[in-house]
Amino acid sequence: MSLLEVAGLVKRFGGLAATDGVDLTVMPGEAHAVIGPNGAGKTTLINQLAGEIRPDAGSIRFDGREIAHEPVYRRALMGLGRSYQITSVFPEFSVLANVMLAVQAHAGHSFRFWHPLVAERELVERAREALTEVGLGPKADVLVASLAHGERRQLEVAMTLASRPKLLLLDEPMAGMSLAESERMVELLSGLKGRYGLLLVEHDMDAVWKLADRISVLVYGRVIACGDPASIRENAEVRAAYLGDQEVVA
Amino acid sequence: MSDEGRQLTLRKTIAAAVLAFLALVPVISAAIGEPYYVTLFTRILILALAAVGLNLILGYGGLVSFGHAMYIGIGAYSVGILAHYGVGSGWVQLAVALCVGAAVAVVIGFVCLRTSGMAFIMITLAFAQMLYFLAISLKQFGGDDGLTINARSDFGLFSLRTNVALYYCTFVVLIAVLLGVSRLVHSRFGMVIRGGRSNGRRMEALGFPMLRYKLTAYVISALVCVLAGVLLANLTKFAAPSYMAWQASGDLIVMIVLGGMGTVLGPVVGALALIVFEEVLTGWTTHWMIVLGPVIVLIVLTANKGLYGYIVERDARRRLP
Amino acid sequence: MTTGLFFVQALNGLQLGILLFLLAAGLTLVFGIMNFVNLAHGSLYMMGAYFGAATFNATGSFVLAGSVAVPATMLLGVVVERIALIRLYHRDHLDQVLATFGLILFFNELVRIVWGPGAQFMSPPEVLSGSVDLFGLRYPAYRFAIIAVGLVVAAGLYVLIHRTRVGMLIRAGATHPDIVAALGVNVRRLNTLVFGLGAGLAGLAGVMAGPILSVQPGMGEPILILTLVVIVTGGIGSIRGAFYGALIVGTVDTIGRAFLPTILREFLERSLAQAAGPAIASMLIYVLMAVVLAIRPQGLFPVRHA
Repeated sequence: MSLLEVAGLVKRFGGLAATDGVDLTVMPGEAHAVIGPNGAGKTTLINQLAGEIRPDAGSIRFDGREIAHEPVYRRALMGLGRSYQITSVFPEFSVLANVMLAVQAHAGHSFRFWHPLVAERELVERAREALTEVGLGPKADVLVASLAHGERRQLEVAMTLASRPKLLLLDEPMAGMSLAESERMVELLSGLKGRYGLLLVEHDMDAVWKLADRISVLVYGRVIACGDPASIRENAEVRAAYLGDQEVVA
Repeated sequence: MSDEGRQLTLRKTIAAAVLAFLALVPVISAAIGEPYYVTLFTRILILALAAVGLNLILGYGGLVSFGHAMYIGIGAYSVGILAHYGVGSGWVQLAVALCVGAAVAVVIGFVCLRTSGMAFIMITLAFAQMLYFLAISLKQFGGDDGLTINARSDFGLFSLRTNVALYYCTFVVLIAVLLGVSRLVHSRFGMVIRGGRSNGRRMEALGFPMLRYKLTAYVISALVCVLAGVLLANLTKFAAPSYMAWQASGDLIVMIVLGGMGTVLGPVVGALALIVFEEVLTGWTTHWMIVLGPVIVLIVLTANKGLYGYIVERDARRRLP
Repeated sequence: MTTGLFFVQALNGLQLGILLFLLAAGLTLVFGIMNFVNLAHGSLYMMGAYFGAATFNATGSFVLAGSVAVPATMLLGVVVERIALIRLYHRDHLDQVLATFGLILFFNELVRIVWGPGAQFMSPPEVLSGSVDLFGLRYPAYRFAIIAVGLVVAAGLYVLIHRTRVGMLIRAGATHPDIVAALGVNVRRLNTLVFGLGAGLAGLAGVMAGPILSVQPGMGEPILILTLVVIVTGGIGSIRGAFYGALIVGTVDTIGRAFLPTILREFLERSLAQAAGPAIASMLIYVLMAVVLAIRPQGLFPVRHA
């Protein structure tokens, strides 16, 4: 039973089909990478899966349920987590407060007006757990505004994790990272797969070869190939469209 | 913040001083033999109350409503219209004001919250204008001239007949609301609203259905303004369309920014500063608004955090939120 | 209610709509391209009326009044933009609202000091002081001229926006402001141009409105708020939206105020109709705006951002 099943997804902007009949599946615990040249429609795809854009046609089944017309927040509550290409956190709050918001969303309603949030021990603990998992434990009380770029990306992942997702949609998690930061992120993500499904849009091919169980190649809004890393590397069409003829070091 | 212990920070000292001063105004006023100040400061407290209400969605929520004065009008006219028909009971007037205010806030809030950014600002302004014109067109309730109220609200248990009694009633209401707001901003609900201001898109992605929270905050802030309106009608014994004019909404925003957005006491400090400033200026010239205008522009351009907000910021830099 | 009366009111609605369009066109561009909430637009309209009235009272010539008012308002707009507003482009909307609110207070008090609190008198030019004959109906020539001038300006704006290079830049700025900047276009100059254009249109509206509306302190804000309703209903940044929105708002408001009380009297008892009529009529366009927003929050003719 697939965790995510996308069939015939179409999205047009004016005359241009940014998503032109995309089929994709993600199995539970699988790390599935989506690669492709710029302008292939990767971010549009993620936005449709997350719910920020409504597709013109096609279906998106998550955990057995059709979600193509569900609002963003409901998909999140169903277990679809998302991180952003351009870091999207709450800069005025502390690191811990950021993650606590993520935890709070899945801990019942928030129509509580009197008791301080920080007094809810269980939520605080869950938040600290997520921070420890990404390695930001010691920085819990630091203001996000003073974090390094790589640490902010880690926070992004922590927030996505704290939502207890079943599937994580990761939009270029390596974006803007130094070599050391990228390595740490790859380690982190490797630790996550198996427990969570990962759908990962990435340009950083080193990371993709290391992480992906399967790869889908998106070109002009279509998936031209899908398979395990070895077969994708060999695929002539893929090399022509994107990878080029360089020898890829495993 | 409060779990940091009983450190005597500058912020707490100033907050205490401001509140202590306000508590003693009638005493001081009697001592110097100027009863006018009781009325003046009642007005300050009432506008401060409305500003505190608006600050909930503006300072903390980032929703720039340029029409909140209309809820002051609803409060005032509820008292006025009921008094006109012989219903003098304060409890009935208050109940009606809050119900009407809530109903209007839910409808208007819902329509406005379908937009964001500059559209939101313009629409809130437009709806306030709508109510303003409505009030003017109701000739049987005074129309443009406003509606006189013969007697202050009768609350049975206590009387608002004297100015000092009204002052302390208003003061108690303000303190209660300040207490409520200070708890609210650290509660689950408060964090959701503040998160919405910081990054609304992310909040939805985390799983928060933001519309219902924003609407609730909008209604709560509207009801605080309604409360202010009820008190205002009692102070002036008058209900006028001018209470809801767009300038009144603008003044509330000035108070909030002047005092410090996103702080609990900021709007009170802002109201105090603005009205005292106006009083002083009025003494010099009838054309004082020509000074106020550029002063507001200057306040905005110098990008400060507001009078009280500046002190809060200094404190916060030493400890973390 | 005769058809003749209806047509007259419809024309009045059209005339109000044209005035609103002149204001809305400039303002929607400032909102859409510069992402700037300019509440002081009503003050520019007011200053246009005052410049016109002052010139008229000094010279007796309406033509001269118009020729002075429009460039003067344009200049005033550019000066205000360069001194104060330019620092606010990158600030958040709240700061822009507050600062322009301060400007409103300043200008209202300024005209009160210079010209006093009363209304300034302005009469239409001699040649237009009579009435025209439209299909057997008599309609004030001056109001008809406003409609004519407005339509000419609308046509001119259309040509400017859709057929010139500057217009193309303006349209590009409305849909992709960041790309326009990245392409090396002098955004500052473009912004000033857009602002100046809007100011000129506002000044034109002000001087034309002079003879038929009161020229007095605070005259700008009621029109400003109507203009905001137009922009929101039509779609922010969209000139087409401003045009159709203005005509719709102008006609609905005028015809509503003229006929709703009468219509209500058919259905409701007299005193109730007497009370409810003007009340509902004054709320009509806001209800219209609310309905449009409920169905299409982006407005009737939104600019399409890719």
